[in-house]
Amino acid sequence: MKPKSVAPAAIAQPTPENLTLSGSWTASGIGAVERRLESVRVPSKTEAVADGARIEALDTAGAWVLQKLLQRLRDESVVVTLRGLRPEFAKLLEVVAQHVTDPGDKPARAERQSPTALERIGRSAEAAFEQTVALLGFVGESAVALAGCVAHPARFRWRPILYNIRSAGFDALPIVGLLSFLLGIVVAYQGADQLRQYGANIFVADLVGLSMLREFAPLLTAIIVAGRSGSAYAAQIGTMDVTEEIDAMRTLGIAPLDLLVLPKIIALVIALPLLTVFADVLGVFGGMIMARSQLGVGFEEFLDRFVKAVSVTHYLVGIGKAPVFAAIIAVVGCFQGFRTQGRADSVGRQTTRSVVQSIFLVIVADALFSIAFSALDL
Amino acid sequence: MQSHAHPDDLVIEISKVSTRFGDHVVHSELDLEVRRGEIFALVGGSGAGKSVLLREMILLQRPDSGSIRVLGVDLQKLDDDAALALRQRWGVMFQHGGLFGSLTVNENVGLPLREHTRLADALIDEIATWKLAMTGLEPKVGAQYPSELSGGMMKRASLARALALDPELLFLDEPTSGLDPHSAGGVDELVRKLRALFGPTIVMITHDLDLLWQIADRVAILADGRVQGIGSMPELSRMDNPAIRQFFDGPRGRAAQQQEKRQAGGPGNGAIARPSSKPR
Repeated sequence: MKPKSVAPAAIAQPTPENLTLSGSWTASGIGAVERRLESVRVPSKTEAVADGARIEALDTAGAWVLQKLLQRLRDESVVVTLRGLRPEFAKLLEVVAQHVTDPGDKPARAERQSPTALERIGRSAEAAFEQTVALLGFVGESAVALAGCVAHPARFRWRPILYNIRSAGFDALPIVGLLSFLLGIVVAYQGADQLRQYGANIFVADLVGLSMLREFAPLLTAIIVAGRSGSAYAAQIGTMDVTEEIDAMRTLGIAPLDLLVLPKIIALVIALPLLTVFADVLGVFGGMIMARSQLGVGFEEFLDRFVKAVSVTHYLVGIGKAPVFAAIIAVVGCFQGFRTQGRADSVGRQTTRSVVQSIFLVIVADALFSIAFSALDL
Repeated sequence: MQSHAHPDDLVIEISKVSTRFGDHVVHSELDLEVRRGEIFALVGGSGAGKSVLLREMILLQRPDSGSIRVLGVDLQKLDDDAALALRQRWGVMFQHGGLFGSLTVNENVGLPLREHTRLADALIDEIATWKLAMTGLEPKVGAQYPSELSGGMMKRASLARALALDPELLFLDEPTSGLDPHSAGGVDELVRKLRALFGPTIVMITHDLDLLWQIADRVAILADGRVQGIGSMPELSRMDNPAIRQFFDGPRGRAAQQQEKRQAGGPGNGAIARPSSKPR
């Protein structure tokens, strides 16, 4: 059986009643001849002879094709005899014959009709609705678990909380710091031209201070953490679900919510505001550097103006949003992790969803905050 | 199957293979030969290096030293094309199936054909369905996804995929682990039937003593990085090496041996039952 050295399968029809088969009738050899077999015609109600003496190799795929050919000819009421086949090939063909004739073995193709546009809209609406209800259910469950922990503080698991503060908070300092520093530079740089035209260079402190503290720092930090930690939560819980660790936890009498979800939510609610403060500092520092090099506003002048322009309220408004963003990220990440369904590709899909949904919800929440704060004149 | 092994009749030749993970020695100068057409079993305790040896035979891992020849090809001196050609000549059934979760069972079985041949899709589907039937699975199973299958069905589907290209050499990793006794018995039958049909060489790793007594032609016992004993089960059961005795003298080992003797027609035919030494 050395498929490389033999000729591909071939079929010839010297006379209408004679078929000559030759070459290697194997999965790799019958590719060319397979499509031509459909067109082999033998006058019906005759006796035909197929000569298999020159078949050099036969495997199950080849036997299957050959048997189908014989079957079709017989259905067209041709009496075909196959001659000269090597004994081991004949045996294989016999085995195949039982299956080709068996009508119960029709290949099971997954019946997939492509849905109409309306059906598709309906299905995705239903799925979205179902998911929203499930998310609300999950929020409720987490709230109940949290209330239980508050009532019985011994149930709090401090180790995982501290661990999560380190992995989601402390370990994220470099990336959050670097990006907010760059963002501060960009904001000051973009504003520099406009301000210089009006000779209002000093207002760069207002621009950088307000935009970083109120909007950019909390939002940027939340988006980085959603990509960094929210996805990790979903992947971790999803993988644990696939490997039955979640089930094991339940049977051992440990509530997965207590062990996996609450520590993550609590840790992130603590870590994200702290990260936001760090982002505030680095962002404003980036703006200061740009103000000095582009607008000639020194550090001292900048800080002088900064204190006057930016009140504590602005600072607190920015920081106050962070815990809400943190809760959204942690809850969505864990929720999507728990929705994993037993397959490796499902983990990937849920992880993607967790990132997309948490960023989406963070931005929606930010918009709602803006409306609420302007209504409250903050 | 010949009793005298001619060099051409050796499907796998392993000589002086050593494998280390850090300080941990898995194989030290291990030698092993598998003959054409036989059902060969590798046994040994956990951590004896069976799985590592199997992975080395199927090009998933390289030994630190020594040579392995499979189907006459030296695995150490193999370029990518030769490796691809060789991989098409063997089939592997993994312990946990290794089926692709994103494809249906039928697509899983047809995948090797789709990748490596130029057959029409409809024909590949038919052949895949037939291979499933050959391993005892209903055609309707073909449309399901692997996550919907039971453990036994998963193994059968994995075997069907291993058979897709009519391999000359079939590797089975723990074909009966995790199966109920009835399904495990079905696997015995299946392996025997496959050998009768296509005559492939079968190399398997197993702990299943019944399977060893029922279908293995030769068995190699691995311990301490070497092959401690090799031969048919009755031959092995007469050897005195402690590593081998440990394997036969446990309560389960004796039970399987007794059963085999009853089936073979009473004592005197196979091994002589030893007075039980200390059960471990």
